[in-house]
Amino acid sequence: MKLKPETLQRIADVIPHYPVKRSATLPLLHLVQEDQGYISSEAIEWIAAQLELQPINVYEVVTFYPMFRQHPIGRRHIKVCRTLSCALVGGYRTCEEFKQQFGTELGEVSPDGEVTVDFVECLASCGTAPVVMIDDALHEKVDVAKARALSDQIKAEAAARAPEPARA
Amino acid sequence: MPAPAQHRIIFKHIDEPGYTRDLACYVRHGGYEMLKKSVGRKPEELIDEVKKSGLRGRGGAGFPCGVKWSLVDRKSGKPIYLVVNADESEPGTFKDRYIIHQDPHQLIEGIMISSYANNVKQAYIYIRGEFPEGARILEEAIAEARAANFVGPNILGTSYGCEIYVHRGAGAYICGEETGLIESLEGKRPYPRIKPPYFPAVLGLYQCPTIVNNVETLCHVKHIADIGGDAYARIGTPNNTGTRILCVSGHVQRPGYYEYEVGKITLGQLLYEVCGGPLPGRTFKAVIPGGSSAKILKFGERFKGKRKVGADLVEYDWGIEDVPMDFDSLGMIGTMGGSGGVIVMDDSVSMVEALANINEFYAHESCGQCTPCREGSLWMKRISGRMVHGQARVEDGALLKSVADQIAGRTICAFGEACAWPTQSFIAKFGDEFKGYAAAKAAGAAPAAAAAEAAPVLV
Repeated sequence: MKLKPETLQRIADVIPHYPVKRSATLPLLHLVQEDQGYISSEAIEWIAAQLELQPINVYEVVTFYPMFRQHPIGRRHIKVCRTLSCALVGGYRTCEEFKQQFGTELGEVSPDGEVTVDFVECLASCGTAPVVMIDDALHEKVDVAKARALSDQIKAEAAARAPEPARA
Repeated sequence: MPAPAQHRIIFKHIDEPGYTRDLACYVRHGGYEMLKKSVGRKPEELIDEVKKSGLRGRGGAGFPCGVKWSLVDRKSGKPIYLVVNADESEPGTFKDRYIIHQDPHQLIEGIMISSYANNVKQAYIYIRGEFPEGARILEEAIAEARAANFVGPNILGTSYGCEIYVHRGAGAYICGEETGLIESLEGKRPYPRIKPPYFPAVLGLYQCPTIVNNVETLCHVKHIADIGGDAYARIGTPNNTGTRILCVSGHVQRPGYYEYEVGKITLGQLLYEVCGGPLPGRTFKAVIPGGSSAKILKFGERFKGKRKVGADLVEYDWGIEDVPMDFDSLGMIGTMGGSGGVIVMDDSVSMVEALANINEFYAHESCGQCTPCREGSLWMKRISGRMVHGQARVEDGALLKSVADQIAGRTICAFGEACAWPTQSFIAKFGDEFKGYAAAKAAGAAPAAAAAEAAPVLV
């Protein structure tokens, strides 16, 4: 496992927060996922070793919680709220718009590698529905027009990034 | 009768221009004065104040906070933990988000006073995974409070110390259930525990006595320490004391959060006056008053009976507009105040489709531990989904009800009820719409009067 030094530092800091090491399973999964983008089987074994657990103890946690993923996703993660309050004011149409904008299906990486669109359950901001999280940022009252504007912004940011050097 | 004015205690500074979430601003507004006073008092006195206040838990069940605290096993010799339930996962509820993002020190002060009162040396804030910014804000605020000696060892020069750590969830609704939350905090799948014997007050986190309190509840403790339990109990109505934050979403002109004295505002005042009534050209059809698990109410239905007012039994004859927004009144009419999430639906909504949306949520969120819930929630989703996608049958309503009836009461935790109540109440109140759905679909019209393109897509 090659983790960034700051990730290793944060892992070392968080384990002593608990009298029982196993409690640090979720924090370590979050930290490793932030570092690596997803949870690989190597990561599961590595975390288990850090916490003196069997890999199955970590694996069963990864497979239960919706936020942990075992495959890489697009550069940006667009999470549209699916639940009732958002659906009542257009959440489904918002989600469709994001899919169309990036020519992708739910849970997949868009062809340009830029985004993964997911339809998730309640984000607890029902008063400003429909809501969308793009990575860690919440966006409120995202109707179709705002979804288009946010997509344009993501595309512009992608275009502004220096193209990756061609590999030999 | 015009709606009363808001009574903002917990949300006093939310959205206030110039109010920032840092420690300096909080202290400027009198912050941590209550903690200073509280650590000079006996812990038992503080517990007594909370008992006298009548404070009921704001997370969903409405259990009296003072009673919860008095059940804690203080003789075991084991450490006592305080776990803050910041999982805020009941659909329709969005109050804790604003406390955490805009006034985190109010929560931290409430945690520290409650910890001192209960001799807690270690508190954890279990915050839902979908609040990454909230988790960062809390960690920063705790660090500020620690640097100022409000959190950590020997706070404010006393021999008392308590540490607070933030623990992030990862997107599972069941972690809002207190024993599931504890399992999750222990690093496991959040399978709720069987009560008895696993009452958190006795065998909670690491099999130690544990108090699990909602974010809003702990903020109220700070204000109870301030004005005293008796004075707090005079806010609100008897047995429904204090204020509570009502979160309104769905089809109203002004959705949002509103803090009122409990029981002093009716559902009608809230929806028509405070929230501005239905959207243009629409009428209200139904409302879920306490988060998506609460049983639905139908506009036009009436409730009759007798209720206690002071020492007297008084007859009531209420339309749903007349129902006071308190735990007991909502309980009397067969639903619940729950987590304070009010979800409003107008006449553009098909109840079959709304239920299909809700059923999809519960099927996704069932932890899978108990067979009736795991299978039942899945089949309810499949049946209501099939209805919406063109294969509705006249008998589907009855079929849905039979599945729901076999879940409630047969599971380890209250999720069984939470997933059965929507189906049971939708069928009870809108049964004709379920029976007529196939015919209405075939005729090319949604059962609701709305044109198809105006109706929201719910599944």
